[in-house]
Amino acid sequence: MADPFLTVNDLTAYYGDFQALFGITLHVDAGEVVAVIGANGAGKSTLMRSITGLLSNGPDMVCWKGRNIGHLRADQIAQLGIAMVPEGRQLFPSLSVEENLIIGGQAGRKGPWNLEEIFKLFPILEERRKVPSTALSGGQQQMVAIGRALMSNPDILLFDEISLGLAPIIVKSIYEILPSIIGGGTSAIIVEQDIAKALSVSDRIYCLQEGRIALEGPAATVTREAISAAYFGI
Amino acid sequence: MDWINSIVQGVLLGGLYALFAAGLSLIFGVMRLVNIAHGDFIVLAAYLGLTVATTVGLHPLVALVIVVPVMGLIGYVLQRGVLNHTLGDDILPPLLVTFGLSVILQNGLLEIYSADPQKMNAGALETASMNLGGNLNIGWLPLLMFAVSVATIAGLQWLFYRSALGRAFRATSDNQDIAQLMGLNKAHVFGLAMALSLAVVGIAGLFLGIRTSFDPSAGPGRLIFGFEAVIIGGLGNLWGTLAGGIILGISQNIGAQLNPGWQLLAGHLAFLLVLAFRPRGLFPRIDG
Ligand SMILES: Nc1ncnc2c1ncn2[C@@H]1O[C@H](COP(=O)(O)OP(=O)(O)O)[C@@H](O)[C@H]1O
Ligand SMILES: [Mg+2]
Repeated sequence: MADPFLTVNDLTAYYGDFQALFGITLHVDAGEVVAVIGANGAGKSTLMRSITGLLSNGPDMVCWKGRNIGHLRADQIAQLGIAMVPEGRQLFPSLSVEENLIIGGQAGRKGPWNLEEIFKLFPILEERRKVPSTALSGGQQQMVAIGRALMSNPDILLFDEISLGLAPIIVKSIYEILPSIIGGGTSAIIVEQDIAKALSVSDRIYCLQEGRIALEGPAATVTREAISAAYFGI
Repeated sequence: MDWINSIVQGVLLGGLYALFAAGLSLIFGVMRLVNIAHGDFIVLAAYLGLTVATTVGLHPLVALVIVVPVMGLIGYVLQRGVLNHTLGDDILPPLLVTFGLSVILQNGLLEIYSADPQKMNAGALETASMNLGGNLNIGWLPLLMFAVSVATIAGLQWLFYRSALGRAFRATSDNQDIAQLMGLNKAHVFGLAMALSLAVVGIAGLFLGIRTSFDPSAGPGRLIFGFEAVIIGGLGNLWGTLAGGIILGISQNIGAQLNPGWQLLAGHLAFLLVLAFRPRGLFPRIDG
């Protein structure tokens, strides 16, 4: 087995006294695409926030390429090649489309992605490069959020519910693009509520339920019944 | 002619007020911190200038090259060492801590320099002026200071909207968490913002000390002028801040023209009028 890229070991997370995660253990290998599914409030975003360092953890709870990173700050983790497309897109409203992309690459990591490549991927963004990011449609904003994460030339991309609040046709086109930006050298964790969408692009899945992993397995063999049992806790 | 004169002098004075205000506005914009000690840092910069000018024997204007970086360094260290630890969801701790800093600075300056008013001497430049006809005279020194103020505001405007550092400031101001995901160290970005704020304070303090006499208790008054200029101009708009400073300067000078005791009162009245009719200031930033 290849050395895991990213491992999460017995991760717990708290908001004040409220415990949101209860000992999550998972791994993502190099080039692997892993789906994390689960109902609203299961703890998916909390898991993403813990991996990216927005929530602090014990040092060995998150491990990246053989190194403990659980205690690092979010900006240090970002420099190591872990990027996130956050839930709700969260573009910088004071920045233009182009500036949102440029700031994504400000850590200066080398790789295939730059402004030109992002504009090739999403030509509409080049036309609208000077407008404030708030002036874009939801789908276009999602393109900026994805482009912004790619600009850091990450080794792993975390997608937190990229289909949320978007029209089905937009979601379809975004999922058509995904295989061209992940896989190969770039791993990914795809957090989704839309199970079919997540399965269509993933190698393995984890199903979260109330802060615990209720099911895990290869995307090709897990059954619908097992997923809905884990998803709804029945 | 006296009226025209007071308006012209008011405009020139307004440049200084805009300098008082710019640093205040900058750090509020980037980290929502209200620095109660801002005025005392202006006075600290004036004393620093005085010390540099007298001990090294530099012309006060040349002392800028020392005072500005020193103030910037103080700002960075202060932010990383103290103020960053006060920032959070609660807006009270930074207010209390900067209020405490204000008290410490005033007493420290009193201890070192005594309560005697001081003034820096800019030599022949102080009295040099050009005559624009009648009794309308414009001093070269106030004109130079005004030009530097406008250039500083223009420089800040450029930095904020055109440079990588400004982009980091705006992104961090928008969303601290997501800015960190971009690899920006929030503590460092805030440190740079305070460094920049106090570097501008360095210019303001030096100009203040050349224009008028100052003493350790002069800070809170300068803080009020800075606040008023920011609020008249509209939060988050640097050119508005310059306009706010000029309106404040003109009002004060017109007040003084009417009755020498009305100078400050007239400035406060102008501020209240703007607040009453345009609570968001004359030129608020268009918020998206
Ligand atoms: N900032 C917060 N403060 C307190 N509780 C939170 C916060 N964010 C999320 N939670 C709680 O943590 C749990 C997991 O939330 P989240 O990770 O957002 O779930 P998901 O992304 O799977 O919908 C939920 O019960 C939610 O109410
Ligand atoms: Mg979520």
